[in-house]
Amino acid sequence: MPPLAIRAYTATSALGRGLQAHADALAASRGGLAPNDFSFAPLACWIGRVAGVEDAPLPPELTEWDCRNNRLAWMALQQDGFADAVRATRERYGAHRVAVLLGTSTASIGATEEGYRRLDNGNMPADLHRPVLHTPHSLAGFVAAAFELEGPCLTVATACSSSAKVFANAERMIRLGLIDAAVVGGTDTLCDSVLFGFNSLELVSPEPCRPFDARRNGISIGEAAGFAIVERIAGVADAPLLIGYGEASDAHHMSTPHPEGLGAELALRDALERAGIEPADVDYINLHGTASQKNDEVEAALVARTFPASTRASSTKGFTGHTLGAAGILEAAITLLAMRDGRVPANLGATQPDPLCGPQMAWHEESKPIRIALSNSFGFGGNNACLAFAHAEHAA
Amino acid sequence: MSAALSVWVSGIGLWAPGASTWDAFRDVVSGGAPSGASERPVADVLPPNERRRAPESVLLAAAAAGQAVRMSGRDAATLPCVFASAHGDQVITDYMCQTLATAPLELSPTKFHNSVHNAPAGYWTIATHCHASSSAVSGGEQAFGAGLLEAASLAVADDRDVLLASYDIAGSGPLGAMTSTTGPFAVAMVLSPRAGGAATRLDITPERGNVGAEPIGDPWLDGLVASNPAAHSVPLMHALALMRPTALRVPAARGLDLHIDIGVAA
Repeated sequence: MPPLAIRAYTATSALGRGLQAHADALAASRGGLAPNDFSFAPLACWIGRVAGVEDAPLPPELTEWDCRNNRLAWMALQQDGFADAVRATRERYGAHRVAVLLGTSTASIGATEEGYRRLDNGNMPADLHRPVLHTPHSLAGFVAAAFELEGPCLTVATACSSSAKVFANAERMIRLGLIDAAVVGGTDTLCDSVLFGFNSLELVSPEPCRPFDARRNGISIGEAAGFAIVERIAGVADAPLLIGYGEASDAHHMSTPHPEGLGAELALRDALERAGIEPADVDYINLHGTASQKNDEVEAALVARTFPASTRASSTKGFTGHTLGAAGILEAAITLLAMRDGRVPANLGATQPDPLCGPQMAWHEESKPIRIALSNSFGFGGNNACLAFAHAEHAA
Repeated sequence: MSAALSVWVSGIGLWAPGASTWDAFRDVVSGGAPSGASERPVADVLPPNERRRAPESVLLAAAAAGQAVRMSGRDAATLPCVFASAHGDQVITDYMCQTLATAPLELSPTKFHNSVHNAPAGYWTIATHCHASSSAVSGGEQAFGAGLLEAASLAVADDRDVLLASYDIAGSGPLGAMTSTTGPFAVAMVLSPRAGGAATRLDITPERGNVGAEPIGDPWLDGLVASNPAAHSVPLMHALALMRPTALRVPAARGLDLHIDIGVAA
């Protein structure tokens, strides 16, 4: 496929606000997980919480959209000059030629949960009587409204692959000439649905998560927001590139990955093929690596049998927690930072490697030029995505 | 001006209160048959065990999708699919929020895993052994048009047949008052980049603005449109049932409509 330029990108997570906070934490191998203090009845687990969301209401003109998820999205949009880049894109192409394609797993369900905690005679309380919040489309609706964008506006809600798959949606629409640019990305925030939901499935670790550790025992849930602007490469100098993507389904089980990683491998092959590259061309893979037993087992085996030892691989969920629908964009941003800075992030949290892991695993931070990198995202329902990125000169 | 996207409709499925299949809907629209009583959606693609346990959203989406794939003669295992819903399974969301507010540790793991927006896509791909890409999308009240744009884009961009299913179920509890969805509805189409024997072509062009839906003039059909975001497809389905060349607009986002020219092979 013709590569696309990533004109701007940003991320906000438990590691801090914006790209520099992430680069600093990754360089220092300093994680952001902390004991859970979220909700009125906190579970005994660790979470990746973004500091200060409670104290950052939306500007007055956007009050209708105010909730934790949209606050975090807004906070992230203010970093790295991203909001100005969106406005410049709108000016350049026109509001109707710019799409808003965002991924989330729970959108602003936290606001719906809150409404149910303080019902008013069985009804949503007056201050939360805002239908725009009580829908999975809240996030994308908010971003489109905040920037007055009038192109296609879509929410992808395929659980943990959501905000990776939006790069594919954008590529198709740009290639077909439906749009000139897209704001892609996603946001997911801590809420009772995910904390108690994953707890009910016995997938939450009581400790900070340890991806690919032989003694790993579950995920740590985090929250994050990230965004990118993608467009044709003509006219964008020195931007990193999206060179491929792959999407596939496991067709196996709603909450357990295919035992041989079939869907994950199909997504990987699709991404390599669209990018026109071989496994040996890949310098770094940001793994899905949730620290759940099955996911890591399947993914470790896939990497070990597919890539040479020169390909480096790590999960960064030990830094940020599993940010669910925002994991795709957060880890895409981390992958782009790894390429920018020539640093392979550590696989934080693991001290006793799972023997299934191959020599590709980067247990500790490494310095290495990264020209081509992949980012894996696998979701509930067996919904898999793989993104392929390259340095600007790859297009030449 | 040529259309941005041209796709052929090689299969259609539908479930509405009063018309539980596309054939029944077509008989009402074009043959003057009365709309009947509401029947439970027949999701015979799902294995019997899954069918018994499946939540309403999954049954509804799978029933419409199954009809569309059967009519198309395609193999569901090879079809990328896009499942579009404004609100997902509102009955489960209502249960989740009720339970979380009162006894969060008692949350049902089954209800939780059925609560994800991609549950119908997950159950569908598992039941049909589909390893192609699957997606679950929302576009708020414009979810049908947003899903149609995405599915048609996928069909043309990757030059392959694509299944679109759009569904919503009635709201319940305090959440239901926020979504204003009063009845269930589902529609599905297999969209093909080439004719391949299909009789109907959709030429789709995004256009600025929302012109708003013109009443069809039939109380049952207009009632459907008002009851459910997926039923914003009803004017299009009405035109397809009549098999007449026509043009209409479907909302796909705030400030964006799809202009659709419907072409019918002679």
